[in-house]
Amino acid sequence: MANIHPSLSAEDIERLKAPARRENVYRILSYFSPLLLLLLWEIASQAGVIDRRFFPPPSAIAGTAWKMIVSLELFDHMWATLQRVWIGYAIGAVPGVLLGLILGLSSSARRVLGPIFAALYPVPKIAILPLILLVFGVGDASKYVVIAIGVFFLMFYNTLGGVMQIPQIYLDVARNAGATKSQTFRRIALPSALPSIFTGLKLAAGSSFIIISAAEFLGARSGVGFFIWASWQTFAVSRMFVGIVVISAMGYLTILALEALERRVVPWAKH
Amino acid sequence: MNAPSTEIGRTMRPAEAAPAIEVRNLVKAFYDVSGDRITLAATDVNFTVKRGEFVCIVGPSGCGKTTVLRILASLEQALSGEVRINSATPPAMVFQEASVLPWLTVAQNVAFPLSLKGVPREQQRTRVSELLALTGLTEFADARPHQLSGGMKQRVSVARALVDDRDILLMDEPFGALDEQTRLTLQQELLGIWERTGKTVVFITHSVDEALTLADRVLVMSPRPGSIVADLAVPFERPRDVVELRRDKRFWDLTYEVWSLLAASPEH
Repeated sequence: MANIHPSLSAEDIERLKAPARRENVYRILSYFSPLLLLLLWEIASQAGVIDRRFFPPPSAIAGTAWKMIVSLELFDHMWATLQRVWIGYAIGAVPGVLLGLILGLSSSARRVLGPIFAALYPVPKIAILPLILLVFGVGDASKYVVIAIGVFFLMFYNTLGGVMQIPQIYLDVARNAGATKSQTFRRIALPSALPSIFTGLKLAAGSSFIIISAAEFLGARSGVGFFIWASWQTFAVSRMFVGIVVISAMGYLTILALEALERRVVPWAKH
Repeated sequence: MNAPSTEIGRTMRPAEAAPAIEVRNLVKAFYDVSGDRITLAATDVNFTVKRGEFVCIVGPSGCGKTTVLRILASLEQALSGEVRINSATPPAMVFQEASVLPWLTVAQNVAFPLSLKGVPREQQRTRVSELLALTGLTEFADARPHQLSGGMKQRVSVARALVDDRDILLMDEPFGALDEQTRLTLQQELLGIWERTGKTVVFITHSVDEALTLADRVLVMSPRPGSIVADLAVPFERPRDVVELRRDKRFWDLTYEVWSLLAASPEH
């Protein structure tokens, strides 16, 4: 490449490229820094610096995980949890987005209905779990409902925020082009709010896994949350850690999948 | 979203002899609730625009010229006065800032008004490619707005305003944010398009230079609350060359005249 810039010396070119090269080094380091934490944990646990009973070394946890993978016992729990999360998520997200769009576009709907949502939003979702269990029973329906409630508010407020930030000029363009109300809704409000909707979808995915863990502690016979709780009750700490890692990984992968989807669906937004 | 002004709707009629736009005693005011203050944006605005005429409105920023244009486009309603749009089609607007929809490609942006009306896809494609050719955007048809320069984006806005072939074109400082050179290029292109299509154009600008380059008539507005303080005919022959125009002594005489009017208008 250097021959393209005859006016620059080799040192100049070296100096120009140095920051990018440093950037690469840091990127590689950033992949490994979490592993460093695991390594410290391993050493501390093996050496007895931290209590092995509460913090078994990662190698022991990995061994337990391997046994569980081979015996396939964890997959049923994962499947049960995933199914509850996805169904509850869908039940909460769809009305959340629709109501967010409606209240975002109509200031009268916002002024009349907005306070209702504002009053309900701060209620902790886990706090009403006993009530939900009472109404919907201990089956899967109560899990769908508690997740749906949590997801609904995140989707509602993120969509609403997205719609309220639509530049007025886009609405003017639509009006001048002769758009009807429903065309403005679908062709302007929805795409304008998509970046915020995706922020909501990612936040809601994270909080769905928090809510399902707690919900499965209490009223379930299956699921990763139940598995963690059951492991605690039998003091199987390694198994408990496997459950924690698995549910974290499920949340993390869901968010990664949503990010990939976002790049496809919202290619105009900055990522 | 407010419904389009019924006043304008009622008077919309194709009349060959009548001027395309008539504005009489137009008053527009805004009420600010938090400060309990009423701001007069425009008072007693009167003007007419003939069919096929290119009219520029110049005035200092905040004089209400954009408000007047928005009222013509039914995006806002007048407090009082009369606005007649004598045209079978509602006016098309080219907006001030980047009004290109970022989630659509260039071609989809240009096709937007047609797709809202449900024009068949094949017909849309034909019409859009005509417009892309007219505005020099053919090779950017599939580009996304964020990949375009400011000048290109405004070309898209112009193409979109022309795509459904309405009679009246309202332009709100469309080239205001562009650098001088791009602006001259786009002015020349706009003149070419106007000469070919014969549209009625109302063009808002704060640039005296731009107004004289483009217009048949220049309306000068006073500072807020704005009203039309002068109506000057621009005598240059058509077709115009935006660069050659600057060798004409009359150009500089008119520039001086408009500037003295702007400087003399009382500050409110």
